[in-house]
Amino acid sequence: MTHNTGPVLHAKGISKFFPGTIALDDVELRLESGEVHALLGENGAGKSTLIKCLTGAYQRDGGTIRLDGQEVAPHSTAESQKLGIGTVYQEVNLLPNLTVAENLYLGRQPMRWGLVARRKMNAMARESLAGYGLDIDPAEPLTTYSVAIQQVVAVARAVEMSGKVLILDEPTASLDRDEVQLLFSVIRQLRERGLAVVFITHFLDQVFEISDRATILRNGRVVGTRVLADVTQKDVVTLMLGRQLEAQVHERKAAAAGGTLIEVEGLGKRGMLEPISLALREGEVVGLAGLLGSGRTETANLIFGAVQADQGRILLRGKEISVSNPREAVSHRFALCPEDRKTEGIVGDLSVRDNIILARQAAQGWMRPIPRAEVNEIAERYVKALDIRLASLDMPIRLLSGGNQQKALLARWLATNPDFLILDEPTRGIDVGAHAEIVALIEQLRADGMALLVASSELEELVAYSTRVVVLRDRRAVRELSGDLITPQNIVHAITEDDALPGEVA
Amino acid sequence: MPGPKHSVLKRIMPQLLILAAALALNVLVFPDFFDIDFRNGRLFGSLIDVLNRGAPVAILCIGMTLVIATRGIDLSVGAVMAIAGATSAAVVTDGHGWGTALLAGLCAGALCGLWNGVLVAVLKIQPIVATLVLMVAGRGVAQLITEGKILTFSNEGLIHLGAGTIAGVPTPILIWMALGALVILVVRRTALGMLIESIGINERSSRLAGINSRVLLVCVYLVSGLCAALAGVIVAADIKGADANNAGLWLELDAILAVVIGGNSLLGGRFSILASLLGALIIQSVNSVILLSGMPPEFNLVIKALLILAILVIQSPRITYLMYMLRASGPQPQPDTDPLSNSPKEEAR
Repeated sequence: MTHNTGPVLHAKGISKFFPGTIALDDVELRLESGEVHALLGENGAGKSTLIKCLTGAYQRDGGTIRLDGQEVAPHSTAESQKLGIGTVYQEVNLLPNLTVAENLYLGRQPMRWGLVARRKMNAMARESLAGYGLDIDPAEPLTTYSVAIQQVVAVARAVEMSGKVLILDEPTASLDRDEVQLLFSVIRQLRERGLAVVFITHFLDQVFEISDRATILRNGRVVGTRVLADVTQKDVVTLMLGRQLEAQVHERKAAAAGGTLIEVEGLGKRGMLEPISLALREGEVVGLAGLLGSGRTETANLIFGAVQADQGRILLRGKEISVSNPREAVSHRFALCPEDRKTEGIVGDLSVRDNIILARQAAQGWMRPIPRAEVNEIAERYVKALDIRLASLDMPIRLLSGGNQQKALLARWLATNPDFLILDEPTRGIDVGAHAEIVALIEQLRADGMALLVASSELEELVAYSTRVVVLRDRRAVRELSGDLITPQNIVHAITEDDALPGEVA
Repeated sequence: MPGPKHSVLKRIMPQLLILAAALALNVLVFPDFFDIDFRNGRLFGSLIDVLNRGAPVAILCIGMTLVIATRGIDLSVGAVMAIAGATSAAVVTDGHGWGTALLAGLCAGALCGLWNGVLVAVLKIQPIVATLVLMVAGRGVAQLITEGKILTFSNEGLIHLGAGTIAGVPTPILIWMALGALVILVVRRTALGMLIESIGINERSSRLAGINSRVLLVCVYLVSGLCAALAGVIVAADIKGADANNAGLWLELDAILAVVIGGNSLLGGRFSILASLLGALIIQSVNSVILLSGMPPEFNLVIKALLILAILVIQSPRITYLMYMLRASGPQPQPDTDPLSNSPKEEAR
């Protein structure tokens, strides 16, 4: 450790603009040597953008980065690596067909008479990895070893090449519990050595286990930096989701719910979702709350058959039905607007018109084309009803803005006259106006008697339209709130396993 | 897309222009190119030859367009031609009628298409690898059917398919035009075209929208196999024999080229069979130029390659973009932001 005063890395006033959005706005990040610093925030908060600015993958539009007091401006990841900032990503970005040692020393192999000194390289690798408590044969191909060990190799490579700041971007996403511990022991050693480690993850338990401080981002701004010993998970979640958690009075619509439509009994899939049970009545909106990775999307996908469940069953109006693929789900008048609009929702190069008609046409079969006049009528009706802004129905849907794409996808499913509509993050990444319209639409569909299941990370929004909220944590349902108990505070309580509910519930 | 007439015209305009240029080159080297005679109850002329000789590639590219629209490719069509030709020849030399022979050839092609479709759609093998299997093995199968020799036949009905005429027009011309019209009609008058495009653009979205992508994919390869079989029977009928080694040799590449010249993206999605057919005619016109110019045959392939390179360069995104910029840069100064940098916006979040 050369410096005892001042931070190892001090990024100040970092700003980054993309056309139409401010990804980072005056962001500050201070890393002390010998600390593990968590970077927290929901999707789109700006975590990865900040990391990319630090490592030179993006050029920042404003602000300064000081490394050991020296101002630096890395123009590429290679340059930032030389300066001392190393990064390890969620997907191990090593070369699986090379050996462990080759991966460690790729591009800087020890040479002897113009050839790679293989034996020396292996010895160096063995010694280096032993320092992390790994006793493996570095001459074996990388794929021989588990993802966790590959992850440690990636860390070792990054540390050897950089050695001041190590950025871990969701390193534990694909590791099991023991493997996480292995990685954490390595991180602790690095902390002892005086590195500054940036740890990005969605798992709050892990954050509190390993990190000393956390900087929380929301919508491209820093909302706070906290010493984790002084705060609770609840405080952090409140900062992340950023809602004013003062009690809000919501006139709970006297649930005009009709008969039970869908019953899900013990639906689950190993490694994806613990068995979950829920029932929906007509004219009811059930919200799915939880942090990212808590099982919201998985629940939606299993019910719709997008992923096949390996246990449990689904009943429609009391009769057991099979939903093993989306086609079957659609035939039962289910509909799903997926979370990832771009890869799972829109068919980018097709026209808006075709995108709107797609599900209905697929349900009808290719032999019975919907007459052109009817297609136009349906498309125009929904464009009007949902206020989709477009130049022409013939334009490819990928040219629409996010909010309008989302509305067109809603139109696609509404055109199939569904009884049961599943919405996964219906308001993610869309502008404020469209946001309000979609919330209003959900309320209206409910009033019309549809059953809706809405997964969202926006607590306020869930509170606004849900008649019940199911809270998920660690891929299982942990609590169900209804009526007046649906408040942002209570949801946060449930998410963070804080059992002291103000208005106690069974 | 069907839609208004002018949008179809706009879509095929580049192909029409290139075809016109290719035909003009023909006239340049052979002034009598457009002369058509009616002798002995048959139309004669260089233009008729182009239409006639282009039949196999034209038929192949109908199926190939559909396959490519699903983001796939079918390398086996040349080999399937050989199999179908051999099957028909074997059946007809066995003493059966030409109808049975044609049916047998088509069945062989359907079987091959089904095989490809199952490999691609059910076993999820990459199309280029899956169809490579049959491309390599197919000629062996054809040789087994012909027992290693060229199977000749003299059945008038079968020969008529490749060398005969109907009302003076060579049969192959009528066959490829009718087939093209039929497939275009089926694809565009039903929802098939849209569903195929949807799968090619985003299979995951399509599946989640309830499209049975697996069955659709198998069907598309099946159609490609049928087209190849028809082309194979025509080629065999034309030479009155099935040559397992040379029938349809390298034609899969011409068919893919026709689709590409037709402006269809190899990445799948929006397609136009009409444009592919024009692409097939363009290729045949280029062949014709080389033939009519009397250049030594050694030059053939090199000149063909150069002409096609020129066509592809004209159609390349870079050039198209440059043309667009040239046209757009008139009144307004260039915006200082690179228009290409707009796209990573989504990924950036």
